[in-house]
Amino acid sequence: MSAALAALVLVPAVSGVGLLLSGRRADRVAGLLAVAVTAVALLLAATVAIARPRLSLPFLGVVEGGDLRLAVDGLSAVLVLLVAGIALLVTGFAVADLPDDAARGRFFGYLLLFVAAMLATVTAATVPALLLAWEVMGATSYALIGFRWEERGKLAAGTRAFVTTRAGDLGLYVAAGAALAATGSLVLADLDTAEGGWADLAAAGVLVAALGKSAQLPFSAWLSAAMQGPSPVSALLHSATMVAAGGYLLLRVQPLLATTGWAATAAAWAGALTALVLGAVAVAQSDLKQLLAASTAAQIGFVVLAAGVGATAGGTAQLVAHAAVKAGLFVAAGAWLTALGTKQLAGLRGAARRYPGVGAAATVAALALAGVPPLSLWATKDEVLAGVQGTALTVVGLAAAVISAVYAGRILAVVLARPTEEEALDEEEPGTRRVPVLTRTAAGVLAVFAAGLGVFALPAVADPLEDLLGAQGEPSPGLGDLLLSGGLAVAALALTVAVSRARPAFVRAVERSPLSSWAGLGHLLSPRPALAVARLLAAVDDRGIDRAVTAVASGTRRAAAVSARTDAGLVDGAVRGIARAVRRAGAAARRPQTGLLHQYYAQAAAGLGVLLVLLLVVRQ
Amino acid sequence: MLLTVVVFLPLLAAGVLVAAPGLAGRAAIGLWVAASAVDLLLVGWMWWRFEPGTGASGVVDGLAYEVDLQWIPTVDAGYHIGVDGLSLPLLALTGVLFLACAVYSLREPDRPRTYAALFLFLQSACLGTFASLDLILFFVFFDLTIVGMYFVIAGWGHGDARRSALKFFLYTFIGSLALLVGFIGLFLGSEERTFDMVALAADPPLADSPLAGGLVLLAIGLGLAVKTPLFPFHTWLPDAHTDAPAAGSAVLAGILLKLGTYGFVRIAMPILPDAWQRWAMVAVIVGVISVLWGAFVALAQTDVKRMIAYTSVNHMGYVLLGLGAAGLVASADEGARTVATVGAMYQMVSHGLLTGALFLLSGWFWSHGHTYAFDRWGGLARPAPVFAACLAVAAFGSLGLPGFSGFIAEFQVFTGALQATPVATVIAVVGILVTAGLFLLALQRLLTGDTTVPSAEPEDGGESVRPEEEPARAGRAVATTVRPPTATRIRDLRGHETASIVPLLALALVLGLLPRVLLDVLEPAAAAVVELVAR
Repeated sequence: MSAALAALVLVPAVSGVGLLLSGRRADRVAGLLAVAVTAVALLLAATVAIARPRLSLPFLGVVEGGDLRLAVDGLSAVLVLLVAGIALLVTGFAVADLPDDAARGRFFGYLLLFVAAMLATVTAATVPALLLAWEVMGATSYALIGFRWEERGKLAAGTRAFVTTRAGDLGLYVAAGAALAATGSLVLADLDTAEGGWADLAAAGVLVAALGKSAQLPFSAWLSAAMQGPSPVSALLHSATMVAAGGYLLLRVQPLLATTGWAATAAAWAGALTALVLGAVAVAQSDLKQLLAASTAAQIGFVVLAAGVGATAGGTAQLVAHAAVKAGLFVAAGAWLTALGTKQLAGLRGAARRYPGVGAAATVAALALAGVPPLSLWATKDEVLAGVQGTALTVVGLAAAVISAVYAGRILAVVLARPTEEEALDEEEPGTRRVPVLTRTAAGVLAVFAAGLGVFALPAVADPLEDLLGAQGEPSPGLGDLLLSGGLAVAALALTVAVSRARPAFVRAVERSPLSSWAGLGHLLSPRPALAVARLLAAVDDRGIDRAVTAVASGTRRAAAVSARTDAGLVDGAVRGIARAVRRAGAAARRPQTGLLHQYYAQAAAGLGVLLVLLLVVRQ
Repeated sequence: MLLTVVVFLPLLAAGVLVAAPGLAGRAAIGLWVAASAVDLLLVGWMWWRFEPGTGASGVVDGLAYEVDLQWIPTVDAGYHIGVDGLSLPLLALTGVLFLACAVYSLREPDRPRTYAALFLFLQSACLGTFASLDLILFFVFFDLTIVGMYFVIAGWGHGDARRSALKFFLYTFIGSLALLVGFIGLFLGSEERTFDMVALAADPPLADSPLAGGLVLLAIGLGLAVKTPLFPFHTWLPDAHTDAPAAGSAVLAGILLKLGTYGFVRIAMPILPDAWQRWAMVAVIVGVISVLWGAFVALAQTDVKRMIAYTSVNHMGYVLLGLGAAGLVASADEGARTVATVGAMYQMVSHGLLTGALFLLSGWFWSHGHTYAFDRWGGLARPAPVFAACLAVAAFGSLGLPGFSGFIAEFQVFTGALQATPVATVIAVVGILVTAGLFLLALQRLLTGDTTVPSAEPEDGGESVRPEEEPARAGRAVATTVRPPTATRIRDLRGHETASIVPLLALALVLGLLPRVLLDVLEPAAAAVVELVAR
């Protein structure tokens, strides 16, 4: 059975690479191949979900857990099914939605590679396996978001997504070292046994990585940029994969978070605050995809909250339900963008009535997003909130739940309205004015799940899920909680729709508030400080260090010049001076040599006289 | 004997080239390719026959293909060469990279015979340095590489090539003198007065005189730091790279920098374990500063080749971080220190492949536009898709994406070093974020947007239009946006260029996905180094 697990990752990966290497030659078959591969992946996912195999490939050595180890437990079983299922539906949607002249080979190649990375992420049992899959997923998301690189700003959005999530990934590198230091192994499951300072460091690292990947505060803004990607990419990345990976990781290492105490609290608050703040950001959007993006961060916030408070089953249910809901809504948004040429809420007025098939699916999904009973997110959100203790956190959680009804209401108020035929269409691209049947099918299936997963509210469904995840005994919401949240959601939804209809000016004011530009969260990810530091250091490098080196060199040359002068002037001068003196002495010595005998006699007499005097002096 | 053949076969081929002045250019390059290919095959055979052993093996035992002949008996310096898990990967890297450079230079128009001879000479010097087990022999080969590279840059470089070549030569040569002083210190400190590395590592000199040991390590460390290069001795690197020909840059970054890091593992750590332990924190700090300094300064560059050059400083910083952590014996267990050392050694091979590929790719800019400036290029993915794909793959490999060899290296350095020195490691991890940012920014600037090229592509052998003249011709007001339509027709990578670059990238991918190929050889040697350092 471990062959099935290997195939689950390798079949999409290898076919993806194959498509990428074939380039444009594969464009015609790429879509069909991708659908076939994701269908096979779904079958394999079902197989491994039942058989629960393990697999180990040799990778790093020296310490335990350096291998690439994949394993399927309860949590992984749920996730592989979810990922493969959504991947199949979104691939079908992409086949219908991509323009005919698009580089389909490249698109589906990266898509399959991405799916393979996500499947490996949710089955990884060692840190190297996790990190490999985790970062490859980030890199392929870069390629997918920047798929239409010819258009200005698209690749920049990919860069922003990759660099931001990698900033979080640094945490995983640190966590890997801390895990090794604490437990002597790199097996993920061993992380639970870590203690002391290393456990704190590991927990902090994992937390940062998860918050980055899941676009939680303070990393949320990359998600806004990521909306530059094609609609199928948004439908895949921002429902069951990528952003879901962070939530998954926190659910996986929940015992480690609990060991440290503070990390669990921090996760809970990060999740709850993201749900609240990004919910408010979603309310203020005028662009449907931006609204959905913000709401994705907000809904994943509930998963992170669940991991923080230890509601593993609730968090997993929320992850699954949100994936179906959000994939459905992104498929609808993509279908409308292709058909009507706009994703502005103003232009989408009555879109659901124009295309009733997709419209019905989107309506169901939006109602689920609002938390209306008995649909999925109503049940799962309450499952999460049931685990929350402490008034402040409960209030924030409930407020966030109410806000999700408000932003869902904004969508419904627009798309269900009667079209006035004065909408500004074709603002972003020329629309095709049709929604293909594949798109309708994908949206329909997702809507069925978005509605049907409300069965999580029934103990008969929730309890087996808890057993599956090994999370028995987690608190379940009481009937009162369910009624209260359902009532609040319906009320908030109704109020939103009413206000949108009656007071459009108020809505426009909200759309002009700072929240519409993601509350300035983008500034947190600004590369400016890094660039300023870079320029400063480069200036020091050029004008400081290199100048110093050159100065040493030119100093040496100057010293050489001085020595050369000293050499010529002093040393050689002394030699020449001595020579001159000797020459002068020679000239002087030549003077007496006159050749005249009488002078020689006189010299001899003088000499003898001197000798005589000397003798007399010495003798005495 | 086989090892001697491997080391001197390129030199022999160089001799043939020098002795045959009538040889045609293409034939000369052909001989170069053939000699490099045969040499690589021989190294491959050595790899095939090599027994890496289990547990710790290398440096003082487990040496293969050993030759030990007397050379200067009065100071016990000999022709002692051999291969273990430390040197074999680097010998193989040398073989691969020089063959890639040979293939890349197939159409070298400028004095191809001398060019080929010079590279073959350089290859022998590099192989000799990695194979040496004697300090004097090591020093001789080490200095010969400097001489060879000087002539490559000065003779075939562009821009201010002679100044850069002189700067490179003087800087690294002075560094090598410090190295020589250190070697003499080791000789004088050893009981049996020898230059033999194996004997010195087996019985470390200066064990009981921390001051002398520290000073000798300082001299050796300075010499190697200049070569590696580490902050603040790195400023020769960007100049040398910018003005060197592409193949010269590839060898300089891919192989010559490794002589420095290899010296740390082969000489400084096993022969001066006491001093290395005592001063390991200095290595860690210098490593971390190099990591961040290299990354940030690279981010600010406006010139492609200078940017790649500074990322080398960054990548070599990780090596020092790992090796420094291996010396912090008291604060980390042996497993973690071994992981860090393995990572550092893996980085040497990985960086050689990826940076080699990046520098060969950068040659495309020069041959098509005579400038490396970022703002003169744009939208290249449209006219040159193969080039763009290769550049993107090399960039992702170089930023340490899992699946490429760089990840195996950096992940192990971080994971292993964290226990020994958590603060420094956490700071160093930021380096991979900055490199990610700078490479993606570079890809964005060069490959996307409006297609911009400096000038019409020069005809083969013809004089290109100087970049400065073009704005005047197009009119200053529109010079930056409107280009003559002919300017966007630019040729993609040519066959021999692709054939030299793609194998390097493929190898980096193989080493990233199937790292056991290399780890099986490296791990026993790294374990041996860690054991020797912990004495």
